[in-house]
Amino acid sequence: MESAVTHILPLTLIRRKRVLPVPGRVLVSNGEKVIATDIVAQAGQPGRHVLVDVRRLLGFSRSDQAEKVIQCSQGIRVSQGDVIAQTEGLFSHTVRAPISGMVITISAGRVLIEEDSPPLQVRAGLSGIVREVIAERGVVIENHGALIQGRLGNNLADQGMLLIIARSADDELVSARLDVSMRGAVLVGGHCGQAEALKAAGELALRGLILSSITADLLPLLQQASYPIMVLEGIGKLPFCQAAFQLLTTNEKRDVCINAAAYDPYSGTRPELVVPLPGIGELPPEAVDFAPGKTVRMLAAPFASQSGSLIQVRAGKTRLASGIHAPAADIRLANNETITVALANLDVLE
Amino acid sequence: MTTSLVDAESVLAVDLGSQATRALLFDVVDGQYSFIAAGSAPTTLEAPYRDIGEGVSQAIMQLQNVTGRSLIGKEGQVILPSQASGAGVDRLVLTHSAGPALKVVITGLLNEVSLASAQRLVGSIYAQVVETIGMNDRRRPEAQIDAIVQAGPDLVIIAGGTEGGASRSVYKLVDLVNLACRVLAKGQRPEVLFAGNQALAKRIKDNLDKWTTATVVPNIRPSIDMEDLRPAQQALNQAVTRRRMETIPGLAQIAGLCSTPPTPSAAAFSRLVRFLSRALDPAKGVLGVDLGNASTVISAGAAGDLASSVFPYGMGRGVGAVLQQIELSEVMRWLSIPLESNFVRDTLWQKTLTPDTLPQDAETLAIDQALARAILRLANRQFLARYPEYDRALEPILASGGIFSQAPNPNQALLMLLDGLEPVGVTTFVLDQNSLGSALGAIASFNSVLPVQVMESGAFLNLGTVICPLSDARNSSPMLRAKIEYERGNETTLEVSQGRIVVLPLQVGQTARIFLQGLNGAVIDPRSRKYSLNFKVVGGACGAVIDARNRPLNLPQDDARRRDLLKKWALSLSG
Repeated sequence: MESAVTHILPLTLIRRKRVLPVPGRVLVSNGEKVIATDIVAQAGQPGRHVLVDVRRLLGFSRSDQAEKVIQCSQGIRVSQGDVIAQTEGLFSHTVRAPISGMVITISAGRVLIEEDSPPLQVRAGLSGIVREVIAERGVVIENHGALIQGRLGNNLADQGMLLIIARSADDELVSARLDVSMRGAVLVGGHCGQAEALKAAGELALRGLILSSITADLLPLLQQASYPIMVLEGIGKLPFCQAAFQLLTTNEKRDVCINAAAYDPYSGTRPELVVPLPGIGELPPEAVDFAPGKTVRMLAAPFASQSGSLIQVRAGKTRLASGIHAPAADIRLANNETITVALANLDVLE
Repeated sequence: MTTSLVDAESVLAVDLGSQATRALLFDVVDGQYSFIAAGSAPTTLEAPYRDIGEGVSQAIMQLQNVTGRSLIGKEGQVILPSQASGAGVDRLVLTHSAGPALKVVITGLLNEVSLASAQRLVGSIYAQVVETIGMNDRRRPEAQIDAIVQAGPDLVIIAGGTEGGASRSVYKLVDLVNLACRVLAKGQRPEVLFAGNQALAKRIKDNLDKWTTATVVPNIRPSIDMEDLRPAQQALNQAVTRRRMETIPGLAQIAGLCSTPPTPSAAAFSRLVRFLSRALDPAKGVLGVDLGNASTVISAGAAGDLASSVFPYGMGRGVGAVLQQIELSEVMRWLSIPLESNFVRDTLWQKTLTPDTLPQDAETLAIDQALARAILRLANRQFLARYPEYDRALEPILASGGIFSQAPNPNQALLMLLDGLEPVGVTTFVLDQNSLGSALGAIASFNSVLPVQVMESGAFLNLGTVICPLSDARNSSPMLRAKIEYERGNETTLEVSQGRIVVLPLQVGQTARIFLQGLNGAVIDPRSRKYSLNFKVVGGACGAVIDARNRPLNLPQDDARRRDLLKKWALSLSG
């Protein structure tokens, strides 16, 4: 049976597609170097609209009467105050554009104008080289380095120096341990269960925050933060899994790229931390079989975020401590204890 | 009824769930259609696979291994039709619930007429209403256009205008939708379904066809006091399937092999409920409940009439939607073990990130089963608000969903259903232990014999008859006297007090006649206002049960007392 994989890798080839959801313009070229915050593609998106009812404003009873005096056409740009309709004669009446924008359509004596709006932008999310340009949509970016994937993010990206303030995998982020020397860093904080700690972190102009877990009551604060926050294990009071914590501490003081993307199960997009390194890595698999020797992580209570080595996948279904029967595997934990866990409650770390 | 072997067809049904893909084999055994076996594999819609074909293949291969029957040929396709060697099947059907819900904008005239019907229409399929625009909407037209555009709908429903009724207001809505379509780029324009005044249909369709795909269906509200959702539901289900075939890799390829178009699982499940409502006692009606990973379906039918709703509440992918609707206390109140509220809260939210995980220990099982009760209560409450005519005794109650079929024992499944649905009167709970409901509903469209014979063959588990009398009497006062006359001639009499659950001494499959007498004004069957009743009963997996806890269920505010009571009820049911 196959499992999806969570990557916690000291050196790998990272290849990521960054694309617009609609056709637009790619702003970088093949072979170009980018950093995490670079905008690689952008597209227009519909702005606010104003419907100018020329027929009603000029007192016409029929639409065709209004359309005879409309002086703009579909697809042209107008500036605020431009004349868009004017009657003739001694006492002419004028209708002016209330906003600047594009004339989308003229219909039944009305002019629909679309206001300019900020474009939809896609950022690189990691530093690297553009290896492929996908016309009108985006790019594929590549780099080599360490990769750590998470479970939860607030859809922001940045890069900076990695600093570890968590003293152990099960440490907790507290405001007392934060100070201005951490400004501009990507901080590894541990579990966060206090709103004050998150708010204090927000005041430090961090480039990113990596948590092992967060309590559910702080989820709104996470989404409102102005800097990237990524959570590796999930919601609750969960320590970092050992593999992730070890990899983070090994890479302290290095420049890292944090892309705290929201998890999308359909595209597979998830929050990621990339540490660009000079070595050459291979592209990792996205799915592997559950097999003896694999390093696995438990996804659910009571063993959540603990990792271990898979000893064997049991045949058929096994009765769990809950009383339900499910495909399961025997796992050896770091302390040599053996537990039996449902396969649905495991992911492979690779 | 035996089946002519000349006409009999073997059927392979594939159900594409959000969590699991199941392959179900039906064939004739000893002259009767039977459920042969099932294969199952995780659904491979999501990354890293992004193609459902892998999961479908795995499920069918597992079925092959279990049955020893070749179902997949050398080219990797299902062998159709069945061969003289026994390989293959005659028909392939596909039902689906996997994939995102359709985003729908509804537009109509009056909130309590066309818009209410449009809401019920969307509520009966895998869809979510992302914007509502009515005649009395105070926003300026351009703000309404912006709202439609920002919502990014897959489909817009235009309802309104009873037959012979309003036209000008309806044309205004069409104009609005038209303008919104012109704003959007060609590939982003929603389909439009017109389900209003049919006298306007041709002109409206001609108008909208210039900009998008417009479909006309019969008026969902032909008059103020008449609602007919069925034709529009069919069109919407087709739209759901169409959209999923465009966006789910692998679905169109499998659909090409099917003998009928793929059917949304909720529609197929509802079809089974309607089918049963025609086949069984029309006075009693049928209730069907399917509590899945991403959604919950409730369907009720009587004599062929059907009411059905799909709610975005589920045990995994649907947990987020539940937590938006209810307080944590709605889940906590059903825990019979002491757990910190923060732990329960965080465990539930963690399920939104790891929706396929299973309860590993007693604590997580307790949380899951408490969640199931909360979902049933929430969905049932909303269903009855839409369809108050079904707020009555219904029998049987068909229950489907892994939380029930995988429960450690059937008593736990029954208690979740009793606590969640709070039925009244006399009913029988039937558990869809092999998750066949949607498949049988899909098959019913071309083979009306197969579903009946499979249900009669024991593929569904009779949990048991449950008697739920109603009374205003004080707690612990006598509510019901029951006499059970067994076939051997012996009998047992017992008295049941208000507030208790009692399992009647009846073995699985054992037949007896029950005589019930309400005490202290207790009504046994509120449908017929009967204070005494006698009927034949067959013992189910839980025997037969008297649930004298009254309605609505009253749980103590004090946590310790409440947990004790929940444990007592669970213990009573386990005998």
